[in-house]
Amino acid sequence: MKGLLLVAGKEIREGMRNRWVVAATLLLAALALTLAFLGAAPAGRVGAGALEVVVVSLSSLSIFLLPLIALLISHDAIVGEMERGTMLLLLSYPLTRWQVVVGKFLGHVVILGVATLVGYGAAAVALAVAGEAIAADSWRAFALMIGSTVLLGAAFVALGTFVSAMVEARGTAAGIAVGLWLLSVLIWDMALLGMLVADQGQTIGAAMLDALLLLNPADAYRLFNLAGLPNVGQLSGMGGIAEGSGLSAPVLLGALGAWVLVPLAGAVAVFARREL
Amino acid sequence: MRADAPAIALEQVAKRYGKVEAVRDVSFTLPQGVLAALVGHNGAGKTTLMKMMLGLARPTAGRMLVLGRDPSAGGIEARRQLGCLPENVTFNAALTGREMIRFFARLKGESTKAADGLLERVGLGAAAGRRIGTYSKGMRQRLGLAQALLGSPRLLLLDEPTTGLDPEVRQGFWSILAEFVARGTTVLLSSHALEELEGKAERVIILDRGRVVADGAMDELRRLARLPVRIRVRLAAGASRDWLPSDAVVLQDRDACEVEMACAPEEKMDLLRRVAAEGRATDLDLLPPTLDELYAHFLQGRSDLEARP
Repeated sequence: MKGLLLVAGKEIREGMRNRWVVAATLLLAALALTLAFLGAAPAGRVGAGALEVVVVSLSSLSIFLLPLIALLISHDAIVGEMERGTMLLLLSYPLTRWQVVVGKFLGHVVILGVATLVGYGAAAVALAVAGEAIAADSWRAFALMIGSTVLLGAAFVALGTFVSAMVEARGTAAGIAVGLWLLSVLIWDMALLGMLVADQGQTIGAAMLDALLLLNPADAYRLFNLAGLPNVGQLSGMGGIAEGSGLSAPVLLGALGAWVLVPLAGAVAVFARREL
Repeated sequence: MRADAPAIALEQVAKRYGKVEAVRDVSFTLPQGVLAALVGHNGAGKTTLMKMMLGLARPTAGRMLVLGRDPSAGGIEARRQLGCLPENVTFNAALTGREMIRFFARLKGESTKAADGLLERVGLGAAAGRRIGTYSKGMRQRLGLAQALLGSPRLLLLDEPTTGLDPEVRQGFWSILAEFVARGTTVLLSSHALEELEGKAERVIILDRGRVVADGAMDELRRLARLPVRIRVRLAAGASRDWLPSDAVVLQDRDACEVEMACAPEEKMDLLRRVAAEGRATDLDLLPPTLDELYAHFLQGRSDLEARP
């Protein structure tokens, strides 16, 4: 346990030193603030609460940005240390392999979590300070959005770590990471849409569509935030899918959780058998 | 672990990477409290052996015990008592020397004070607050040595530890090692700077293409190799030269004549008596075969064997 925390702590310290934390926080805060003040304009003053608009626009943004940041940080975690030669020394210490993998994962999730919380939190605080009336429900939706965003980030950190434990070279890991990102945030949905149009409702039923959506962590996140939360669903235009879908919020969160645990377990298993 | 149990015991260990046999049929045991050297060309299998001792690579055949445990079983107990300096050691460049050594100290359950003390000991006290990215190669090597010494290890595995060190730092390095050996630590280091092992390594294991070609104390190896002893003599002015053996070589003959001759080890005393006879020589140097010559000899022996049908 102690070894695990030490590895995680070192990862966080390095993240702060490398400016990863600062860069990610500033990026997320800048976008969140921009969306909070400019993005509210089209919604006008009627109907939608200011924070709901922010939840919708920020979660749409998170789907693209968080996986990218998570994969950027994590794809290098293991193969990078192996290539630089620092892994050899680390493993000569009384540490088990799983402690190294999980410690690095935890460190990266903390980096992402802090960046998300501070970055997005800044937007909410700014709205509150600007005098917007924000209902308790909106705060809840916002908190759930932040929590699920961190979970989305953790899923992609786990995926990146898994890739990093598998490959022989950093370049390969980077390539696969880019591929994963494109697949999950762009290609998957387009392919799904194409299939649905081509299929004309012949074979792909609601249950199958649900399964296909859960197979992509980004979609599970999207459904959870855009359709699953009251008042937000109507705003995002995702209400239609949500009504036809049998996926409840706990199922969606469970799917995201599985997307964290399964790749992480895979990374541990692969790294435990690797020779240096 | 009992005091008389070996620190390292290898029995017919082999390691194969695909078609390449990196290590084949290596057996040796090292008792506690000795300084032994693994000597060999690049690619002779030194680093692979060390990786297997650390449990980072699994032997394809044979058995090995390091500090009484099988390293490939994945246990961490042996590694608590083990210090390691990999070849061309690297660190996370973003951290400072002090942060790095304290991190390693905590992993080994050692106090931060002891860690700082070791930094001082290797002469990095002044640079402790600087990022490792700004360190020279010699400084990184010293940091590597400092981390290996953390936690009073019972076994030190050092892969090419003296590369990149200044002569002055090198002396300090050897005296630190001697101190640890005196306290019962076993040191296994690999090197190709053979001349500096002279008088320091009690045991030399010569590896070639993954095999042990010679293993023993320096004197034993000399005896085994039966390399000629060379004697360098400064002749007295006007002394007769007819007693010189026919293979004597005149090195220089300006102010005083200097000759060098070689003889088999058992003829050494005879030759010395002849040199020492009245009026023949004013000075003499006895040159035992160097480790370089020994190394060349044993490698030569290997290729002779292989050339035989």
